[in-house]
Amino acid sequence: MSTVAADDHHDHVESPYSIKRWLFTTNHKDIGTLYLWFSLIMFFIGGFMALIIRTELFEPGMQFVDPQFFNSMTTMHAIIMVFGVVMPAFTGLANWLIPMMVGATDMALPRMNNWSFWILPFAFTMMLSTLFMDGGGPAGGWTLYPPLTLQTGDALPFVILSIHFMGLSSIMGAINVIATVLNMRAPGMTLMKMPLFVWTWLITAYLLIAVMPVLAGGVTMLLTDKFFGTSFFNAAGGGDPVLFQHIFWFFGHPEVYILILPSFGVISSIVPTFARKPLFGYASMVYATGSIAFLSFIVWAHHMFTVGMPLAGQLFFMFATMLIAVPTGVKVFNWIATMWRGAMTFETPMLFALGFIVMFSIGGFSGLMLALAPVDFQYHDTYFVVAHFHYVLVPGSIFAIVASVYYWLPKWCGNMYSEGLGKLHFWLSTIFVNITFFPMHFVGLAGMPRRIPDYALQFSDFNALATIGAFGFGFSQLIFLYVVIKAIRGGEKATSQVWENAEGLEWTLSSPPPYHSFTTPPVIK
Amino acid sequence: MKTKNNKSATVAGKLALVCVLMFGFGYLLVPLYDVFCDLTGLRFTEETAQLVPQEFTEDTSRLVTVEFDVTRNNHIPWDIRPANRRMQVHPGKVYTTSYIAKNTSNGVMIGQAIPSVTPIAANRHLIKTECFCFASQTINAGEEVQMPLSFMLNPKLPANVNVVTLSYTFFDITQSASVEDQLNAPTAVALN
Ligand code: HEM
Ligand SMILES: [Cu+2]
Repeated sequence: MSTVAADDHHDHVESPYSIKRWLFTTNHKDIGTLYLWFSLIMFFIGGFMALIIRTELFEPGMQFVDPQFFNSMTTMHAIIMVFGVVMPAFTGLANWLIPMMVGATDMALPRMNNWSFWILPFAFTMMLSTLFMDGGGPAGGWTLYPPLTLQTGDALPFVILSIHFMGLSSIMGAINVIATVLNMRAPGMTLMKMPLFVWTWLITAYLLIAVMPVLAGGVTMLLTDKFFGTSFFNAAGGGDPVLFQHIFWFFGHPEVYILILPSFGVISSIVPTFARKPLFGYASMVYATGSIAFLSFIVWAHHMFTVGMPLAGQLFFMFATMLIAVPTGVKVFNWIATMWRGAMTFETPMLFALGFIVMFSIGGFSGLMLALAPVDFQYHDTYFVVAHFHYVLVPGSIFAIVASVYYWLPKWCGNMYSEGLGKLHFWLSTIFVNITFFPMHFVGLAGMPRRIPDYALQFSDFNALATIGAFGFGFSQLIFLYVVIKAIRGGEKATSQVWENAEGLEWTLSSPPPYHSFTTPPVIK
Repeated sequence: MKTKNNKSATVAGKLALVCVLMFGFGYLLVPLYDVFCDLTGLRFTEETAQLVPQEFTEDTSRLVTVEFDVTRNNHIPWDIRPANRRMQVHPGKVYTTSYIAKNTSNGVMIGQAIPSVTPIAANRHLIKTECFCFASQTINAGEEVQMPLSFMLNPKLPANVNVVTLSYTFFDITQSASVEDQLNAPTAVALN
């Protein structure tokens, strides 16, 4: 919808109100817009589920929902947030930005692009419909461990099929990104001149191609174990449920980097603009991203220290995991060095980027604590893990996505957003996200297990606090929705460059940009 | 433009091939995992079960406690208990004991016992020369059977291991036994 204004003078562009335009579009901006709206809708659906969880956990005891439904809420919330919010949002950003950033007209494979988006609504309709099936939705956790997951009722085959579709969609998106980056760059745009957002997405796309098929294989094994008499994970038939955990986490750990690497690219774009200094250590950022991606393949068993691994295995996975902190640290220090002695201003995108740097680092530190095999025996499957991954995912990935929307929205729709409301959104989000997730560290260390609808009395206060925070955070996001819609509908006109010091090809195009980005290749200095 | 499209299609084709290979790799993890477990002695294997006991000499200077335990998976309606809860054994000597199982349901049932040993270090040193877990067990409604078990501890059992727990989990395979015929066959079922 944000392309409305730009489209008027293009005779071959259909009206933004025609369904056909959106169904059959092969335009990277349209598809990017679709992805972003889809992600925002799923964000509110997944957020609503989170509020159901937090409502039940407001007080000890069973108040509102039955345990089975509670468990299906935790499971669905996670699947939606991972596959329905963060991944589509980044794919949407990739669609909007990569062609503009590398000086291309469009994505390399526009028709496939249309498919990769339109599979998603089907996959998630199928996933959500399982809530109404006999036996309820999936309730064994997003990690789908057997044998528990195999006790799912009628929903199981639908859940697995929808995961196949989500995987297919993201693989097609990834292939498109790689083809675009490799083939569509403007002359003179060498790899080492590409903006970091393009770099981090290129590496993310390779990760997706490497691990989504492994997940597909794993869930297919679940399916055949349940319905076709195979025994991959069935001990009675000579299989082993622990094998599933290896397969899942071989996918799962690279997956968490799929969820964070594009954020690194976003932050590396925003910080230099508002610090009015070029990014410190561009090349080291590229290499750090590459090493993180490589290391992410050899650390998966840190999710399963407690399954009974040989000591050598525990030590290997512990040290390999801790090694990831090195390239991650390089990134954080580079951002700080970029800001050092910069002429900083604090517009909304910068605030979210700064929030990201501080709070993502908190998540990184709790990750390091979890990486210590001996103490993970205490922390594993407690709220401490919940605190960890919410710090890296909410003020991490989600903040990065929100920061990019504020940063590029004036470019996309040609209008400035309301800075005052943006700042309000930032401060409320930051305060409430900490009220929600910080106490989880404490109850986790004190032994509160994750994925339970009821808990011991001594955890009451912190849980009540977390619930208050969650509602505050949830409702603050309505401000975001309002700001975005308001900016799309009008407002102060944005210049081409939008931000005083913004650098990159996308800022050389008009705001909003023409329907086809660079019909003649730009000249790269 | 045309060449760019062709190039993109080639890239897409290659990447799709990588996807297919990675899908295969997911399945390859299954045998790899078994090989890895064999190498590290993480689980029982047929090999440990079939070792010839004569190779070993009895170590009368050492007494190790072997505990017997049982778990019923998914509440399989069998009353199962070890004949002895624990035994004091000399490494290198073969001992015989048994488990007693009663099918309390009112239909014929087929069960499969899956062993596990703790501590892990003892895994490859507990040698079973005969075990009800080598094949599935068919028990008629209300019938009680005695299921024999002969085992020996390898004298190479690390010196710091004084207690070894042998635990069986019984699975109801009445349904799947018809699907997987080999489970009914008298030959030993692979335990890895
Ligand atoms: C310095 C970097 C990091 C380290 C050392 C680290 C370490 C760990 C460890 C050891 C666990 C397992 C804890 C347990 O289950 O006992 C874990 C869980 C998790 N981490 Fe991280 N992590 C890091 C960064 C990230 C990032 C960047 C993300 C995603 C954006 C992430 C997402 C998750 C998730 C989702 C889980 C929980 C999975 C589950 O069991 O459901 N982590 N992390
Ligand atoms: Cu991990």
